[in-house]
Amino acid sequence: MLKEKAFQKGKPIKEKETMAQKGKPVEFWRWPESNWVNPDIDWKKGKFITAGVDVGSVSTQAVVMVDGEFFAFGNTRTGSDSPNSARNGMDYMLQKTDMKLENMDYCIGTGYGRVNVPMAQQAITEISCHARGANFMYGPEVRTVMDMGGQDCKVISVDGLGKVLNFMMNDKCAAGTGRGMEVFADLIRVPVWDIGPRSFQIKKQPPPISSTCVVFAKSEVVGLLEQGVSENEIMAAYCSAMAHRIMELLNRLGVKEKFVITGGIAKNEGVVKRLEKELGVKTAERVWYKKEYIERGYPFDTQLAGAIGAALFGNALLKMGKAKSPRKA
Amino acid sequence: MIVAGIDVGGKNVHIVIKKDGQILGKGTSPTGIKKAEAVSALYEQVLKQAGLTRKDVERVVATGSAAKRVAFANGSISDVAADARGAIKLFPNARTVIDVGAEEGRSIKVSPEGKVLDFAINDKCAAGTGTFLEAMSRALEVSVEEMSKIAFDSTKAIPMNAQCAVFGESEVVSLIHQNTSKPDISRAVMDAIAGRVGAIARIVGLEKDVVVVGGMAKNAGFVDSLKKNIEMPVTVPEDPDYIGAIGAADAALSSILEEEVNPVRNSSGALFLTG
Repeated sequence: MLKEKAFQKGKPIKEKETMAQKGKPVEFWRWPESNWVNPDIDWKKGKFITAGVDVGSVSTQAVVMVDGEFFAFGNTRTGSDSPNSARNGMDYMLQKTDMKLENMDYCIGTGYGRVNVPMAQQAITEISCHARGANFMYGPEVRTVMDMGGQDCKVISVDGLGKVLNFMMNDKCAAGTGRGMEVFADLIRVPVWDIGPRSFQIKKQPPPISSTCVVFAKSEVVGLLEQGVSENEIMAAYCSAMAHRIMELLNRLGVKEKFVITGGIAKNEGVVKRLEKELGVKTAERVWYKKEYIERGYPFDTQLAGAIGAALFGNALLKMGKAKSPRKA
Repeated sequence: MIVAGIDVGGKNVHIVIKKDGQILGKGTSPTGIKKAEAVSALYEQVLKQAGLTRKDVERVVATGSAAKRVAFANGSISDVAADARGAIKLFPNARTVIDVGAEEGRSIKVSPEGKVLDFAINDKCAAGTGTFLEAMSRALEVSVEEMSKIAFDSTKAIPMNAQCAVFGESEVVSLIHQNTSKPDISRAVMDAIAGRVGAIARIVGLEKDVVVVGGMAKNAGFVDSLKKNIEMPVTVPEDPDYIGAIGAADAALSSILEEEVNPVRNSSGALFLTG
C-alpha cells in the first residue's frame, strides 16, 4: 500500500532502535526528538519563507514553510523556559538546512509559551493554529480537530478553510493529557511509545483504573502491579481510562467527521483505537492530504499541526500585505 | 462494654478501642497495598497495648474507603457518618465538619445529635488532599512538617495556577527556578489546598462551629490558610486523624445499646448500621 509505505518511509527516526542503541533506557517518558528538511524545495527561490514555532508545555516544534509548502521541521522537548526552548527547536531544525534565521521573512509563535518566542514577530493562539494546521495536513473536509497536547486537551470545530467555529478545553487536570501518559510510562517503566501497541497484547479484560486523577491512577497502578496483574493489562486499563476521560470533552462539543487528532497522544494507538470504539467515530488516517507529499514520503507528524498552522498564517499575512518581512524592509 | 472502631483510609489505618467512653488503646499504621493484613497486624498491636484479646471486644465497627476489607468487623458505617459521630462526640457544638484526608476532602453538615444533614465530597481529584501536599513537598524537597512551619514565614502571597497535582509539581519547580522563597511557595501550596477545600465546604454551607479533622488538620500551615479562606474560626481536636475511628467506635457502642431495645440482624448475623 502506497500510503502505508509513505508513512513508514517518512518516519523521522526509527524510535525503538535509538533508545536500545544508546543502551540506557532510563527515562521512559523521554520520547525521541526529530528534525527533517524537504529535499525537493530550493528555499532560495521562495518568495515568502515563513516559520511557526509552537512552544508547548512538553514539546516545542519549529516549522518552516516556503510559499505555503512544507519545508523543514524540528521537534524537541520544552525545557525550563520558553525563549530557550523556542531557540532550541529552531536551531535543531536549522541544523538540517543551509538556511539561517535571518533568511526567514516572518515568524509566528504559538502554544503555551507563544508570547515568549524571541524570534517571532507575532503570536497566535494554538487553537487557531491547530485548526489551520489540521486543515493543511488532513485536508479541507476536517470538521473536528482534537489537540491532545502535553498539558491540555482541546476539541475544536472548524470550517472548510480551517477557521475555528467553536472550541472547548480541559486545562485543569492532567488526566487525558500527554504529561499524564509520560508520568504513567515512568511509573510502569515502559517506553512511552510502546504503551499503545503493548496495550493490545492482552489475554483478558483489564481491571478498571480511575479515569480522573493521574495521581490516584498512579497509586492504583502500584496496587495492581502488587496483585500480579500483567503490565500489558495495566497499560490497556490506563489507555481505556484516558480514552474515557477524553470522551467527556468530546461529548460536550459534539464530533463531526472528518475527525482528526493532533498532538502527541494521536500517536498512541492504545488511546486512539479505544476512543474510536467508545465514540463510534473513526479518526481520519494519519496521512497528508496532498497526494504528492504522500508519494514523496514526507514525514507526517501529528505534533506539528500547531507550528504548520502558525507558519501558514505567516504566509497568508505576507500575501495579503498585512505583515511586512523584516528581511525585505 | 468494650468496642473497637477501625478507620481504613487511603493512606493510614486508625484503630481506637474504647470501654464505656474511655479510650483503652489506639494506634495507626500505613494502609499499604495489603490492606487486610495491615489492619489485622495493627489491631493485634493495639489490643496488646491495651492488655486485651480479640474475645474481650464485644463489637467492632469499620469505616473508611476500604472498610469492607476488615473481615472481622461486625459492621461498617460510611466515613461521612463516622466523621459526624466522632466530631459531635468531642465537640457537641460542631455544625460543620471538614475532613481532609490523604485522598479525599469532605465537608459535612451535622445535627446536634451527630446526624448527617448534608455533605459534599471531592474524591475524584488529588487537588485539595494530603496527596497533593505530599507531591508538592517532593517537588520542593521540603518535608510536609517543615512546609507547615515555614508557611508562616511567608512574606508574599503567590497564586498557584495549577489545580492538578501533576501540573502543580511543574509549577512548584518553575517557582523554584524563579527564586521564589520556600516559605512563599509553601504558603502558596497551603492556600491552593485550602481554596479547594473551602470550595467544597461552601457547597454544603458553612455554619459555626467548624471542626477540622483528618490527617491534614495536623498541618498548622494548612489550617491557617483554611481559616482565612472560609473567614471563620476553626477547632482542631487533639488527634484529628482519629475522628473516623472514634466515630466508628461510638457507632459500635450505640448499636449495642439500641439492640438491647430492638435487635436487628440480617440472616448472616451482620449488623445493619445506619447513620
